[in-house]
Amino acid sequence: MDPRFVYDSFVQLLAGVPLTLELTAFAFALGLLLAVLIALMQISGLRILRIPAGAYVFAIRGTPLLVQIFLIYYGLGQFRPTLQSLGLWQFFREAYWCGILALSLNSAAYGSEVLRGGLQSVSKREIEAGRACGMSGLLLYRRIILPLALRQSLPAYGNELILMVKATSLVSIITMMEVTGIAARLISETYRPVEVFIAAGTIYLIINFLLTRAVSMLDWWLTPHLRGMSTIGKAEQAK
Amino acid sequence: MIEGAAMQPVISLRNLRKSFGALEVLKGISLDAHKGDVIAILGSSGSGKSTMLRCINMLEIPTAGEVVVTGESVKLKKQGDGLAIADRRQIDGIRARAAMVFQSFNLWSHMTILENLVEAPIHVQRRPRAECIAEAMALLEKVGIADKRDAYPAHLSGGQQQRAAIARALAMHPQVMLFDEPTSALDPERVGEVLAVMRALANEGRTMLLVTHEIAFARDVATRVVFLHEGLIEEDGPADEVFRNPKSERFRKFISNTQHR
Ligand SMILES: Nc1ncnc2c1ncn2[C@@H]1O[C@H](COP(=O)(O)OP(=O)(O)O)[C@@H](O)[C@H]1O
Ligand SMILES: [Mg+2]
Repeated sequence: MDPRFVYDSFVQLLAGVPLTLELTAFAFALGLLLAVLIALMQISGLRILRIPAGAYVFAIRGTPLLVQIFLIYYGLGQFRPTLQSLGLWQFFREAYWCGILALSLNSAAYGSEVLRGGLQSVSKREIEAGRACGMSGLLLYRRIILPLALRQSLPAYGNELILMVKATSLVSIITMMEVTGIAARLISETYRPVEVFIAAGTIYLIINFLLTRAVSMLDWWLTPHLRGMSTIGKAEQAK
Repeated sequence: MIEGAAMQPVISLRNLRKSFGALEVLKGISLDAHKGDVIAILGSSGSGKSTMLRCINMLEIPTAGEVVVTGESVKLKKQGDGLAIADRRQIDGIRARAAMVFQSFNLWSHMTILENLVEAPIHVQRRPRAECIAEAMALLEKVGIADKRDAYPAHLSGGQQQRAAIARALAMHPQVMLFDEPTSALDPERVGEVLAVMRALANEGRTMLLVTHEIAFARDVATRVVFLHEGLIEEDGPADEVFRNPKSERFRKFISNTQHR
């Protein structure tokens, strides 16, 4: 193994970092919106909402992300006339948007389970206090239920972000030149996979290290009410 | 007109019934609370005290009967063999006028004490923010925890949390306050500070309905006592009178039992 070549690869792979981060950010944000929606459907107690949401989560979690990416990238072409009439074709003929769609749909399924746990952990008493003060519907969700649920979900959802960074590597397969895509090109030019993949792995490691730190800082900043409490205290509080 | 309004009860329950499935918890309760009344609601555990209180602000929907709050009859519609809320917005308004204080405080854990106080005034009643904050500070001063304004509920003692919860209720300018065993979750040495706040409110002439096991406090502060037994009012009268000369044998037993404990 040639350290010099690892370093050169590392520098070349850095060109893919912006796209990796962009895919992560876009898909994560879209996935989060969708995850809130699905989690709310799951806990709505209405069969017509709960059953489709449950089926969605089951289907996405039960199939590989790679298969989902292929299905969206190649499969949507079959619906070209429909998509054209909806004006969506210019989106779905691009690998970029197909990748983001697949990643967000995937993240939404896993994320909704995390959020569902968070929503179910919100204390019935705090909700009742909201009702007793004249809050209902959207206001109650916006001011009481979602802030408590999101804070509760944050550490687990941070994990979702790490998984997303790694998952973006899969869209290299549909021609995206993010870190792994560039790595694959370098390998095909040099036939030195070990050095290139060591460099690529290092880049993912650095990104995820920084993101993990950012998430725990956000958690610290958002939960002053739990600070200085033992883990048992936190569990009590969550009831 | 004005005289008529003054005479009108703040709360009027008319033949109120409530069942949970097959279990009938309230079996026809009628009760008027007038301005300035401090009504202590006594009764053994399971007699329906909480349910009665929760039917007033519709945290429980009655199965039958009528609830009138500040002259406004709560609009309910028939649904199945019970009733359901007919006008969501009316209920939200009534809840702000009949503020509730819970046994376990139920402060919002992600908000500071000050944020807990201004939450409903700002977001439900849509009053100006600066005014709400100034008023909340005065209320915290009044209940003796002004120094805790920026603390979170979990960092306060039970007695302090309950005083904050009382201040939160007051911040909505309620016409009547509903207390459901406000001192039952407290350490004995913390009960006094909460009772002192409630006594001050009673002395101001606030209308209060108070479920409690503090017989001495009820005897001392309440203007009227209502004793519930198995979902019916068994004894009802001016506080000094019912304690001196109880009409029902059960209530006589109830007070002698609780006093000897
Ligand atoms: N949500 C509920 N579902 C079923 N039963 C209930 C519910 N709330 C209260 N009950 C029952 O109603 C009865 C009266 O309860 P409650 O009003 O809390 O009594 P109290 O406050 O006087 O102790 C009890 O038997 C209780 O188990
Ligand atoms: Mg009770």
